[in-house]
Amino acid sequence: MDYEAELLPGTLDLLILKAVSLGPLHGYGVLLRIGQISGRALLIQQGALYPALFRLVRQGLLKTSWDKSENNRRAKFYELTSKGRKRLREETDGWNRLVAAIASALAAQPQEI
Amino acid sequence: MILAYFRSLAARFFHRSQTENDLEEELRSHIQLRADELERLGLGRAEAERRARIEFGSQEKFREECREAIAGNFLDILIQDVRFSLRMLRKSPGFAAIVVLTIALGIGATTAIFSVVDATLLKPLPYSHPEELISIESDLPGINAHDVGMSQPEWQDLQQSGIFEYVSPTWFDENNLTGSSQPARVRLLIVAPDYFALLRAQPQLGRAFDPQYNSPGFIPEILISDALWKRNFGGDPNILEKSVRMDTDLYRIVGVMPPGFDSPGRTAEERKIEIWAATSFYGPPLPDQPARNRRNLPTAIARLKPGLTIAAAQSRVDALVASLQKQFPSDYPNGWRVRLRPLKDIVVGDVRQPLLLLLGAVGLVLLIGCVNVANLLLARASARAHEMAIRRALGAGRARLIRQLLTESLILSLVGGTAGVAIVFAAREPLLRLIPETLPRLNNTSISWSVLIFAVIVSILSGVIFGLAPALQAGRLNLNHALNQDGRGSTGSGERARTRRLLVIAEFALSFVLMIAAGLLLHSFWDLLNARLGFTPQSVMSVRTRLPYPNDASVDKYATAAQEAPFICELLRRCKSLPGVEEAAVGDPAAIPLDQSQRDLNTLEGKLFVTFEGQSAKPDAATLIERSRVTPEYFQLVGIPLLRGRLFNEFDTDTTPQVAVVNEAFARNYWPDGDAIGKRFKSIKPDSPWITIVGVIANARTQSLAQMDVPQLYLNVYQNPAKHLAIFMRGRVDTAAIPDQVRAQVQAVDQTLPVFGAQTLTQTLSDSLAQRRFSMEMITAFAATALLLAAIGIYGVISFMVAERIQEIGIRLALGAQRQNILGMVLGQGLRLALSGAAVGLLGAVIVARLMLSLLYGVNPTDPLTFAGVALLFITVALLACYVPARRAIRVDPMVALRYE
Repeated sequence: MDYEAELLPGTLDLLILKAVSLGPLHGYGVLLRIGQISGRALLIQQGALYPALFRLVRQGLLKTSWDKSENNRRAKFYELTSKGRKRLREETDGWNRLVAAIASALAAQPQEI
Repeated sequence: MILAYFRSLAARFFHRSQTENDLEEELRSHIQLRADELERLGLGRAEAERRARIEFGSQEKFREECREAIAGNFLDILIQDVRFSLRMLRKSPGFAAIVVLTIALGIGATTAIFSVVDATLLKPLPYSHPEELISIESDLPGINAHDVGMSQPEWQDLQQSGIFEYVSPTWFDENNLTGSSQPARVRLLIVAPDYFALLRAQPQLGRAFDPQYNSPGFIPEILISDALWKRNFGGDPNILEKSVRMDTDLYRIVGVMPPGFDSPGRTAEERKIEIWAATSFYGPPLPDQPARNRRNLPTAIARLKPGLTIAAAQSRVDALVASLQKQFPSDYPNGWRVRLRPLKDIVVGDVRQPLLLLLGAVGLVLLIGCVNVANLLLARASARAHEMAIRRALGAGRARLIRQLLTESLILSLVGGTAGVAIVFAAREPLLRLIPETLPRLNNTSISWSVLIFAVIVSILSGVIFGLAPALQAGRLNLNHALNQDGRGSTGSGERARTRRLLVIAEFALSFVLMIAAGLLLHSFWDLLNARLGFTPQSVMSVRTRLPYPNDASVDKYATAAQEAPFICELLRRCKSLPGVEEAAVGDPAAIPLDQSQRDLNTLEGKLFVTFEGQSAKPDAATLIERSRVTPEYFQLVGIPLLRGRLFNEFDTDTTPQVAVVNEAFARNYWPDGDAIGKRFKSIKPDSPWITIVGVIANARTQSLAQMDVPQLYLNVYQNPAKHLAIFMRGRVDTAAIPDQVRAQVQAVDQTLPVFGAQTLTQTLSDSLAQRRFSMEMITAFAATALLLAAIGIYGVISFMVAERIQEIGIRLALGAQRQNILGMVLGQGLRLALSGAAVGLLGAVIVARLMLSLLYGVNPTDPLTFAGVALLFITVALLACYVPARRAIRVDPMVALRYE
């Protein structure tokens, strides 16, 4: 699992919300899903994942239920609450604005000033 | 809402295991899922699971972080810490008990003293808007006389100045109350009609005086205290409109003050007033047109107009006083100054400093206790270093460890504090009895909210103080170092040992300061007890009586000396015949040596403005002197020898020229170069006769134990009649029976007279030391506790050092070191610590001793004897404390010590 890029601070919550928004997942599944949707480019500490998950549950953005995994193991599944969905939308918008702003700043040419 | 929150909190507290199980299961399932994946990639199951676990990293760290994320708030972590701490403390009950006991004693003592300070110094006086209440004192700067009282016209001037809402002179007196079975002596306060309006106090029954009253003489009404009502009138509900006789005058009782109502006074006597009477301070028995320079209103209180500060009022009073002096220059040859002081300062008076000293001392004891506990915790931290290291290695954060240790300390200090307050609460009755009578107790000393809050704050502070050093030490733990050591974990870091030594030095420094304070007080007290008195109090008793002072002078049976003389002669004759009495004399209360309780009476009765013959060019220059009136037998009876001239004799009567006896200090003071005998003086009252000094007696400590050379003037009772009387008797009398015996004799002559206040002079002398004794005993107890704690501290450190170096000592002994050298080495270590502490403490002691100056008598604040004595005691105690571990060191068997590892 030698993923390259370090996560920017604060983006882990966003990634988790996104990963879970695509369907209920257990903890390990969240890890795999983030790897998958980021094209295996983002590195997530296994230890950091669970505190983040619990934090999101406590904030009421995720809800949990115990269920069987695809290979028949009992696992705790996380899914978005409506509050979580709203937060994901807001954070995504915010992120896009930030990326656009930084991209345009980085693309600036001397003659444009 | 809040309830639900607490319920969920409680649920989490008690059912933590549910969440914990969840966490464990999730962790397991994660590892399994990852292992499944690794298995698919071709690993064996066992290897796959091992790899999964390694990849996951520290599970303990994971759990810890998850718990924090789940708990999410401070309170949950706190609860967790508390649970853990309680578990740890339960595992070492001995340690916990010692710490809790030390802290309980420290906080209990501090809280007890604070509750007294709170009631006395901090709480406002128990009257409405107490900040407006002030005391008015007059000075005559020209003759350096302070607090000389005011005259009726001056009172009127202040009353009408517009600066005050009310001004009331207060005149403490005693009176003879007749009407019940026995004539009783009562404590009377003569006030202005607006006195109760001034204090905004309401009687529980009836009404107060009419504040508008302004006719000559006394209002024929009185208010009585709740205590007098219950004691002398059996709490009679129909008491109102009942009449009583006071000094033969008839008064109607119009009101009963509520229980617990005390007048704001300087002494216990002045506060525990039993009857209030009111007058406009002119008209019989006082002059109809009082003179401006006749200062017969001893003290006065006032209420400022709302919103006026004392400073603003003072400057307006200054202007008024200046203009009055211009208007009446002949009345103020010695100037006049009026001082306004917060009433509370007067009431609290001279107890402020001793009380603050006590609070400081007990605070030091608590601090030393804290240092001791810190030391214990550090020692325990050495033992727990291994545990801490493992917890760190398993992922506990540094902040978390510090927090955990601080929580432990706080739990200890809060439990200790609770126990301390509980002890004080349980023992409050005997503790309150320790407080001397002289302490003003307008507010009841009690465990109030402010005291409880104080106790909680002090507990938390103590917890932080003694917990901080060990917690920070644990935070700085060197993992490698700690883990590489063997399981004993006793050889703590050098830093910890250094901290412990510093703490012991601090302990010794603090207790040295306390020891010096106690030593100086003890030395003062010892000197006072052993001061040459100049008189012989042994086997002398004094019993008080009092002649009536009717408002109508024409009915006074004892108006003149000639009328009073037969009574005194008969009284003396009868008292001399009492069993055991060898000598008897009569005097006024000012003649009772060292009697503090009569101080208030003496301010008026015992002072005289006089002019000396041929002394001053200014005819009006008056000198304020204190005088006592006695019969001729007095000097022989109390044992003050005559130096020159003669004493009074039976030929001095109201028809012969008036004579006086003075003490050496008086003669020296007024005639430094010449002989006092034959000199004449007279009172500034109109028509006063000249009084000739006929004898000089030796100085004696009759006014103050601390001062031998207070000028004293004695007049003859047969020439200057006194209403307040004391009967002195010397001999082997039955002190228990004497009050009744004397009462029978006094009432055989005049059955309306009260008899009270029987005391031996030794008792009076001892009472005069009550407050000093209280301070001294308390401080000494605190200092002894401090020294004991410091001794325990140094014992702990040295024992620890010996245990740590037992192998080294064993090797030294094996290599031939003398046991004496080992002993010297260990004792030397202890001595170095004690001496360093003493050196630091010396600086503090010098400062504290200077602050205590006014509490000391005859002892220099840097008294070398005290300092040397304390230092010696100090070193002895330190050596003794170190001797026990030192003996253990020299008894070390080299073989055992070496084989130990």
